[in-house]
Amino acid sequence: MNGWLQHLPILPVLLPLLAAALLLLSGEMRRGPRAAMALGATLAQLVVATVLLGMVDGRLNPAWPGDIAVYALGGWAPPFGIVLVVDRLAAVMLVLSAALALATLVYSLARWERAGAHYLPLFQFLLMGLNGAFLTGDLFNLFVFFEVLLAASYGLVLHGSGAARVKAGMHYIVVNLLASLFFLIAAALIYGVTGTLNMAELAQRVALLHGDERTLFDLGALLLGIVFLVKAAAWPLNFWLPGAYGTAAPPVAGVFAILTKVGVYGLLRFATLLQNVDAPAPFGGDWLFYCGLATIAVATVGVLAAQKLVRAAGFLVIVSSGTLLAAFGFTGTTLTGPALYYLVSSVLASGAFFMVIEMAERGRTASADLLAVSFEAFGLQAKEASSEHPDEMDGVAIPAAMAFLGLAFFSCALLLTGLPPFSGFVGKFALIAAAVAVPSETALLHAILFGAALLLSGLAGVVALSRLGIRVFWDTERPAPRLQWLEAGPTAVLVLLCMALAFGAGPAMDYFDATARSLYDTRAYADAVLPVAGTGTAE
Amino acid sequence: MEIVLAFAIGTLAGSGIYLLLRPRTFQVIMGLSLLGYAVNLFIFGMGRLQSGAPPVIDAVRGTDPALYTDAVPQALVLTAIVIGFATTALFLVVLLASRGLSGTDHVDGRETENP
Repeated sequence: MNGWLQHLPILPVLLPLLAAALLLLSGEMRRGPRAAMALGATLAQLVVATVLLGMVDGRLNPAWPGDIAVYALGGWAPPFGIVLVVDRLAAVMLVLSAALALATLVYSLARWERAGAHYLPLFQFLLMGLNGAFLTGDLFNLFVFFEVLLAASYGLVLHGSGAARVKAGMHYIVVNLLASLFFLIAAALIYGVTGTLNMAELAQRVALLHGDERTLFDLGALLLGIVFLVKAAAWPLNFWLPGAYGTAAPPVAGVFAILTKVGVYGLLRFATLLQNVDAPAPFGGDWLFYCGLATIAVATVGVLAAQKLVRAAGFLVIVSSGTLLAAFGFTGTTLTGPALYYLVSSVLASGAFFMVIEMAERGRTASADLLAVSFEAFGLQAKEASSEHPDEMDGVAIPAAMAFLGLAFFSCALLLTGLPPFSGFVGKFALIAAAVAVPSETALLHAILFGAALLLSGLAGVVALSRLGIRVFWDTERPAPRLQWLEAGPTAVLVLLCMALAFGAGPAMDYFDATARSLYDTRAYADAVLPVAGTGTAE
Repeated sequence: MEIVLAFAIGTLAGSGIYLLLRPRTFQVIMGLSLLGYAVNLFIFGMGRLQSGAPPVIDAVRGTDPALYTDAVPQALVLTAIVIGFATTALFLVVLLASRGLSGTDHVDGRETENP
């Protein structure tokens, strides 16, 4: 009947893979059809993700029994085969990444796509890795998708080339290669003691471990947690981030805004799966809370010290990661819903912010030099430059560019620092309100610390962004930057999405609370993935 | 056999970490490779060491699991080797690009000022 719809969960992985392969093969084609292909694939992913979201939360008629979709790859039964699992959180993350990707892709088509080779296929591979990491229900498969997205991100971070990018990219690559090795050790250790890689079965087997085996499992989980913390840019594992994000091409930095949240997602996923068996330190509790606070503190200093807007934006990404980590480490589970709201808002806002910065700083010497160098290094732009003037203008400049940029910059600053009336404020307010409401002795101290960290980091953000903003916007030494609709449009859409989140704060918050509740219902997750075994007695 | 494997992993990982912390890009890539070998051996060891035991069930031996070695870590290690190979190749390209653009093989793209 709806046999075709059953295969929906695999599409977010297959679509970008297919699109990337076609884009690689059609490298010699004209730009128009290739851009259309990339846009079509990304749009299709957004549609698939939205349909999955609708099915998982019951709005659409689901093609599978129950709320959680389980897709057994190749038809192999779950504990032995690899599964893809779509629950509410995974579907929300899919929609978020597809929306952000669509906006950054449209933006990059205006001109950044031409700054180097193979931008479009790499972009699709990145999406494939992201979607797969959100969907998979298998530990080793998670590693593979992490590698896919990292390999694509290595290419993207170097997009446009140039000495600064190669230097920052090299640091980024070394840190992430080392983290991948840790991931392998963790996966091997966990498999060695539990005998399974399926995440649902894993959570059940851990309860049966005793003594040395439990210690070994804890060590494996600890390493896994460290890997996620590196991805999430938690202090002191985040020194690679400002450099890599600051020098990457702006649309790349924009889509990277969600990469740190993949680490946060991994932490949250394992923390909820292991909640009944005393998950080791990185997956929750005081340890994670203070780690989050330290991340916020160090990144706040970084925001204040930053001399360039992109660096400040990089540190603001770290602030949002720290906020999320502290929220997950907080006593109780009531902060998870608001934290998810904050996550969505901050990803959209920082994605938009990286693009606004590039547009606003256009025409200022530093970034213009960088672009010129990158165009030179690839050599292939000489002919384009003479015929099309990519740096000058092709297409229609939108009127009142400076007014638009000012408004967009202002909105992003409000969003990222958490000032009213936008969703950044709603997210931070909900977090602090939930923290204060936790009834416990130690929680009060934590709530005070948490609130202070959030407010102070917001204040520092306002100070730094207004200082740097003044330098950029009240600079009379240069002509007003010229924009294209292709560039202004996606930025505006991202900001408008955040506004919609703020105006629909009530329903949105209810939705994320329901998402958090379903996340902590590990019984439902395990039952959906392992319908027969139930108690994990497969052997 | 276990102690030999443990020493091999330890030596590889130790030299890998030492090289990884050195300032030259070539040392870093050698360090990453050595660490990768150590991790691959480690994954292999997590399937428990057993000599002369095949991973695939055959008709002559029967279906007693004790006669076979765990096939999953072997599959994992194969995947890990392929991925490690690809990332090493990619890093090699970045290394050469960095050398070409900055004229030095220091990981920061410039020499530190030594007295």
